[in-house]
Formats: sequence, structure tokens, C-alpha cells
Amino acid sequence: MSSSNGKDAKNWVGQALPRKEENRLLRGRGRFSDDIKLREMLYLRFVRSPYAHAKIVGVDTSTAEKLSGVACALTGAEIVSQTQPFIEIGPDPFARIKDYPLAAAKVRYQGEPVAAVVAESAALADDAAELVQVEYEALDPVIDAEEALENQSLLHDEAGTNLVWNGVFEYGDVAKAFKEAAHVVTIDRMHFHRFSSTPLENNVVIARWDPKDERIYYQCNNSFPSFAIQFLAAHLQVHIDRIRVETSDIGGSFGIKITSYPQMAVCALASKKAGGRPVKWVETRSEHLTSSAHGNERIFRETRVALDKNGVITAITSRHIDDCGAYPRYEPLGCVIWSQVFPGVYRFKNARIDFSQAVTNKCPVGPNRGYSRMQHLWFLERIVDVCAHKLGIAPDEMRLRNYVRPEEFPYTTPNGCIYDSGNYPRMLQLAKQKIGWDDWKKKQATARKEGRLIGIGIGTTLDSGTNNFGQSQIVNPGLPYSGNSQGANCKLDIYGEVVVAVGSCPQGQGHETTAAQVVADVLNIHPDMVTVRTGFDTERNVHTGFSGTYASQFAVSGLSAVHGAAQKLKAEMKRLGAFVLETKEADVEFGTGAQGPELIAKSSGKSINYWGLANIVNANSASLPEELYELTLNCRYIWRAPFKVPDKQKKYGNLTMTYASQLHIAVIEVERDTFIPRILDYAAIDDCGTVINPPIVEGQVYGATAHGIGAALMENCVYDAVGNMLTSTFSDYTPITAMNMPHVKYGHISTPSPHSYSGAKGMGEGGAAPVHTISAALQDALFDEGVFIDDSFNNADSLFRALVGKEISQMEKLVKVEKR
Amino acid sequence: MNVPMKVTVNGKLHALDVEPRMLLVEMVREQLDLTGTHVGCDTTYCGACTVLLNGAAVKSCTMFAVQADGAEITTVEGLEKDGQLHPIQKAFGDAYGLQCGYCTPGLMLSTLQLLSENKQPDEKDMRKAIAGNTCRCTGYQNVLKAMQLAAQNMKGA
Repeated sequence: MSSSNGKDAKNWVGQALPRKEENRLLRGRGRFSDDIKLREMLYLRFVRSPYAHAKIVGVDTSTAEKLSGVACALTGAEIVSQTQPFIEIGPDPFARIKDYPLAAAKVRYQGEPVAAVVAESAALADDAAELVQVEYEALDPVIDAEEALENQSLLHDEAGTNLVWNGVFEYGDVAKAFKEAAHVVTIDRMHFHRFSSTPLENNVVIARWDPKDERIYYQCNNSFPSFAIQFLAAHLQVHIDRIRVETSDIGGSFGIKITSYPQMAVCALASKKAGGRPVKWVETRSEHLTSSAHGNERIFRETRVALDKNGVITAITSRHIDDCGAYPRYEPLGCVIWSQVFPGVYRFKNARIDFSQAVTNKCPVGPNRGYSRMQHLWFLERIVDVCAHKLGIAPDEMRLRNYVRPEEFPYTTPNGCIYDSGNYPRMLQLAKQKIGWDDWKKKQATARKEGRLIGIGIGTTLDSGTNNFGQSQIVNPGLPYSGNSQGANCKLDIYGEVVVAVGSCPQGQGHETTAAQVVADVLNIHPDMVTVRTGFDTERNVHTGFSGTYASQFAVSGLSAVHGAAQKLKAEMKRLGAFVLETKEADVEFGTGAQGPELIAKSSGKSINYWGLANIVNANSASLPEELYELTLNCRYIWRAPFKVPDKQKKYGNLTMTYASQLHIAVIEVERDTFIPRILDYAAIDDCGTVINPPIVEGQVYGATAHGIGAALMENCVYDAVGNMLTSTFSDYTPITAMNMPHVKYGHISTPSPHSYSGAKGMGEGGAAPVHTISAALQDALFDEGVFIDDSFNNADSLFRALVGKEISQMEKLVKVEKR
Repeated sequence: MNVPMKVTVNGKLHALDVEPRMLLVEMVREQLDLTGTHVGCDTTYCGACTVLLNGAAVKSCTMFAVQADGAEITTVEGLEKDGQLHPIQKAFGDAYGLQCGYCTPGLMLSTLQLLSENKQPDEKDMRKAIAGNTCRCTGYQNVLKAMQLAAQNMKGA
């Protein structure tokens, strides 16, 4: 079947369709939250703690409140008296902690808000914030997670410990595997550093607590609003339907904007206090870097690896200590989310991971591109890599011996996750081809003779998407969460416009474009004829408790919902069309004619366009027979992932629907005189199954690669011994620029997922492939120098200390090999 | 105590009264409601606030509004002509040179300055030209592609 656009039906998915979002964004007509101005709007500024750990002796806002143009001030004590503490996701004893959006009794990290002032202008609010007097009594800060577990200085007295959660994940027969091992490799300590994917647009909240209808209206850039309102309703003690959240264009989130609900609470309370005037808070970059959310920092202790004589890993045991900063908040979900990728891309069956999470006097952590899985995947990649070097097996060969094999998919992991599809050896082959592996090997050998330190590293990673919230019950059996779902609505509006709404809040992923591609295929029309609503709005009634944009899932959960809604609409249109065209449904075809999109009766050639159809249902219903009264042409569909609640005791079950994979290869030189690591060549291969829009996918790969390279070499949240954050501006944090980002040689394979309707797998987070890859390349460059890459962050300073000072990262001290 | 100033923005002359401490970016966004110019870092690193001041790309978060008295400013809103996209805008769209779009106005204005000085930039020239523009979405690869495409599109212009 062909239509007037000359295209065959069902082929918009898979095409490089230009993005619908560009028209407004290129013209500077995007609508970001900070662009919104409301009548009578006030501006909020937080007063923040300079201490990492201190008792609050007193907060005096009286001088600030006297300043002309100041509407009001809020303190922690006031908030405590008016609200309930936030819901805690974790079990006792951390379920007992009192978490409020402004600190009342003590502060637990530098940058924690203790008060807020609200004024007629942003500048006045800044002035007023400086007039707030806070008296502190300093307490001992705890910066290191292992030290925190000694409980010398407690962050939360109500918990009585700094240990947030502990659980042992054990599968297979570990003892037997170690008994039969040909080699046992022991690694004393490894460390995954704290960094932030820090979006370019900071958090922004506009809140209006309307005294007339007792409702709270938010316009903001939170990226998981359905989760935020669940926390806010309980905290503010309002009916959840009384909270409206709208998002519009969002300038990146990468997970971090999930955790802006504490600031959302303060803005609403401030608006209430100011008599219902709208209150706007625009976060500064330093606020963002010190006190929004960082990625999880993790320490890996006493790792033991059993291998057979061929270098095939048979078992791993290890003790992991995760640092969640001052408040667990969205955590301790990170205590289980890593187990979505328990064995990484490898086949070993036996493992025991003892996992603990601790609070420290640092910024709370939150979902951050690659959330909780990248730390674990890095850990596994380091193991595979260092074992290869120590046993004298080529790192590429080592991987091939240990990868899950293409014929084993769908593959069930030791903890019951089902890897849908993949082909890691083919990705390795393609990556080697892209980078010119053999050629680089030769160049490397020559360079080594000249004394140059060049390394070639491989990183293989997984991007697990559409998670089973039932895994939260492994952390806390009492939690009422399981499965996953997303909502969408597809309607034919009165004049025949096809309008789609979906419960996601995109931040550059092109959802308006890909959703239109899916609907265009269902209705056999051009995607230009499909309008997709921008952003999220609770009033559209297309959200479920999981709606938002996070965790690499739109291609699966979002587009499945859109597809379902479009199918429902199509079925209604067909039924109505058959009535109008006086024929059977099977005779009705969808196409585009001179009057625009239409339905045609094949037998008679009669047709009716979308306007005609929509008119009958919406504005001309006396012509409808009663049996068609149920037609609405306004079809809501809730898609649900087919998950079961995992076995909480055994920690066993399928935790994620799709497993996209990435394989990167980097060539790096560590300069002999400056110790600067320089990337000489870089290749990235991805596999996210069926691709909806290839350039959008490619763009996500480049973006995730930049985040990973930045994290591996430049971006690090550094704290001093007393908890001062030393990287609280971009000038200190140094996000990667065009001067540091290498050209990426991109390649793609596709192993369609049997788990999603389209074969697509969620992607975008990227699994921090570059962090693994750069560590491996540095390892290859520095193995002969006796250096063990034991940290995910490496720069000229740390490499100097390892190579010259020999203070850190010494292979001899950290890694032992026992041959049986 | 406000200070009077005159400034031409996207060809239109404005007479304004501004606080001496008001930043140029605040004037552009809050007084003129030209919200295509963004704020990303407050410390002259990210370039989301880049505008052209008398033809030169500057970071409008690092200038006071009053310093622009008498100047001619171009913001992203001034790139299109009669509804038609500027070749740089078109190139960014065609090359998928943006994702969230927050940094894009700044990147396009830095590109405009580069291409007004150097009609055939090589990769190094282009990377240097946007060294002061942070993008957290694209990894710069498609931005560089877009810049190259813009240079081609503008040849002979």
C-alpha cells in the first residue's frame, strides 16, 4: 500500500527522521523552566551550611526579613512543625531517620540548606540570604565510607548507625569453584569515584500554593514527577491530586533532576507563606555541584577471583561499600540496582557479593547516568582486565573466553535476570576493525621500544533498561512497588488532528520525534501529521507511578505505551469508518488522500477524512448509532512490563526487560614528561536492538561517551578531610570540552530484543563504557611499570603519584596471584 | 539607583534603566524577555550565555549590562531572517547537532563568529572556537559536523 507521500506503510520506525523539537530549539524559542515568568512572582534563595557536619544552635532570619522587598523567610524548625518527614525507601533503622528539606537540628553536608528567603527579585533574595545568621557547633565529619562504618561519629542519631543497608548476594557454589580453581587472583581494594553527569541547565522550580483551590501548581524540570508527587503529597500532607506538575523543555537531567523534590517542597511552603504568590527557585551551578545529587561512590574490598587453567573465570567474591552521602533518599535502591547486571557480560556462575551502603558527610547521591550498574560493571571489567594481564592472556582473548556466547541468548544470569539478546564477540570484532587493532598493536610495540607508554584497552558494558521496581523489595520487603508501566494517550481531535501525550519528560532524547514515528506507522500517515505534546503534565492523565524519563527505557516503556494507544485509536477509527463507509472493518484501509489523512473502503472507493470522523464523535453525534456510543477517539493506554516480584530471600528474579550493550576500544598514551593521559584513538560500538531513529541513537552514544571520558579523566567530586567540596564550580570540576573530547569512530550492530514489541532496547545511559575502557587502556600502558589501575578516575596527578612517587596503585601490593 | 542605557539588540534599539549590578545576561533575559540566551555555570566556563557584542562572541554572564551601553548585540533570536533559519541553524538541525538544546544558542553564536573570521576552518579551528561552550548531551561530535556543514552552506555567502 502506498500513500500520497510515496512511502510504503509501516516504515517510519527505523528512519533518520529530522527531530520535531529542532524548530523551536534552534530559534531560541524553547520553553525551559527559567524562561517562565508569572504575575506576582517571588524569588527564593537558600541559605546553606558551610560545614559538613554541625549542630544548628540557632537560625535568625529577622534582619533578612526586615529588608525591603523581602516577602518571608523559612527555617528548618518551621518546616518540621508543618510537615511530615520524607518517606524513606530503606528499612529500619534508616526508616526512622528524619529527613526534611531544610535542616533543623543539624547539618550533614556542606551546602545543605538550613533556611530560605523569598523576595521580590532574585538579586534581593541574594542580599537577604546574606543577612540570615546561623550559629553552628561543628561536629566531626566522616568523609570516607569505610570509616563511616566504624560509627565513631553518627550522622543520624535516630538510626544509631551509619550503615544504611547490608545484604549478601550469593549464587552457585563458590567454595567448590575456589577449590577447583587453577588460579586465584586477589585484589585488596578498588575505588569507583564520585562524579556528576551535571546537566547544563540547573534545577528550577516554580511553585504556587493557591489558597483559593488549595492546590499546588509546579512548573519545573524534575525528571521523574510521578515519583516526586508521591514524596511531596506525603510530606506536605495534601491529596496527591492536588499537586499539579508540568515540565516543558528540560536542559538535560541524566538522572540528577529526579531528586529535586526537597527543593520543590520548600518552594511550595514558601508560596503558601507568601499568601499564594508564585515562588521561583533557580539553582546556581555551585548549588548544583555541592547539593543536588552526585553519582554513587563505591569501594571494592578483598576481591577474590577463581579461574580455570584457560583463564575462564569460575567465581568471584567481594565486599562492596557504597557511599550514598548524607541522606539515603532515593537510595538505598542503588544497593540492588547494580545486580541487574550481576555477572556483567560474562559467563561465571558462582559469586558472593557482600554489599553495604554507608552515609557520609557529603552531598547525597542519586541516579546519575549509568546509575549503580556502572560501578559494578567497572569492577568486573577491572577484574577481567587485570586477570588477563597477570595470567599473560591477551585482553581481547580473555574477554572472548569469558563472554556470554551469542547462542546462549536469552541468557539467565546466576541471579535470575534474563539478558534478552546480544553478540559481544561480533561487537569486539567490529570495534577492532574500526580502531585498526592490528595496526595499533604494531605502533604500540614500536612506541614501547622508544620508551613511550601507550596502552590499548577494551571496555564491554551493559545498559539495562526498563527495570522491575519489584527489586526494591529486595532492599525493603515492605515496599509497595513492583513491575513497571507507562501511560500514553492518542486522540483524534475535533478537526482531525492526531495528538499524542505520554508520561515521559524528555531532556533531549527526541521523544516527540520517535513517538510520532511510531504513531505514523500505525495510522499510515506522515509523522508531520502527528502532534506530540511537549513535556509532562499530571493533568493529562497519562502517567502511572513510574512515569518520567530515567533508566534507559523510553524506546520500550514509552513507545510501547504510545504504540498501544495508537492501536486502540486505530481500532476505534476502523469501527467508525466501517459504519460511515457502509462496509466491513476488513474493507477499511488507512491512507492519505487529497483531503489529508483518510479511511477508504477498498470495495467502493468511498472515503472519509480524519476531520469527518472526528466530527461525528465529537460534534455531530446524533448521527451515531447507539452501539458506537462507546467510541471516544481519545484513547488512553497503560503499558505494563511483564514482571514478577523477585524472590526476596534468594535475591533472585528478572530485574530488567532489555539489555543494550556497548563495546569501546581506546588507545591512550601517558606522556612521559607531563604524565597527562592523552587519547590517541577511540571506537564505540553499540547494540540497542531495533533502532527507532538512527541519528538519535548515535547522538546518545556520543553523549554517553563524552560523559564517560570526562568522568574517567577530568570530572571528580573532590572533598577535603573536613568535608569542604573543592570542585564546586565548573572551573574546578572541569566538565569535558571540545578540546578534550576525541573523535569517536562509531559502529552499530543490532540484535533485536525478543522482550519488546518492536525489538528495541532502551539505551542512552551507556553503561559508562569509557570509564571501563580508559582504565583498561591505562592498565595496558602501565602494567610493565608495576601500576595497577585501581581507581576509576585517573589524571596526570594520580598517574605521577603512581609512576614516580609509587605511593598509590602499586600492583605488587594490591594484586596477588596464586597458582594451584 | 538605576542607570539609563541604550543598546541595540537584534537590530532593535532599546532605552533601558538598569541596576548597575545587573548582568548583561539578566538584561537580555529578564528585561527584554529574550530567553533563548541561557545561564549554565555563573563562572564564564560553559558559554550557554554567549551572545555577539559588536560582532564578537562574549559570555553575557560575565559583563554588566551597563558595559553594553551603545553596543550592538545579536542573540539567538536574531539569527533567523523573515522566519527563515540562518544557515548555521539549519546545519545544526540537519547534522543532529543538538539534543536538549540548552547550549545550542551559545554554540551557534560562537560558530557565527568563527565563520565570519574564517570561511574554511579545519577541525582544530572549530574545536578551539567552541572550547568555551560546554555541551553535556552531544559529546561535540555532531556539533563539529554541524559547524562543518554550516561552513559549506555559507561558502560564497
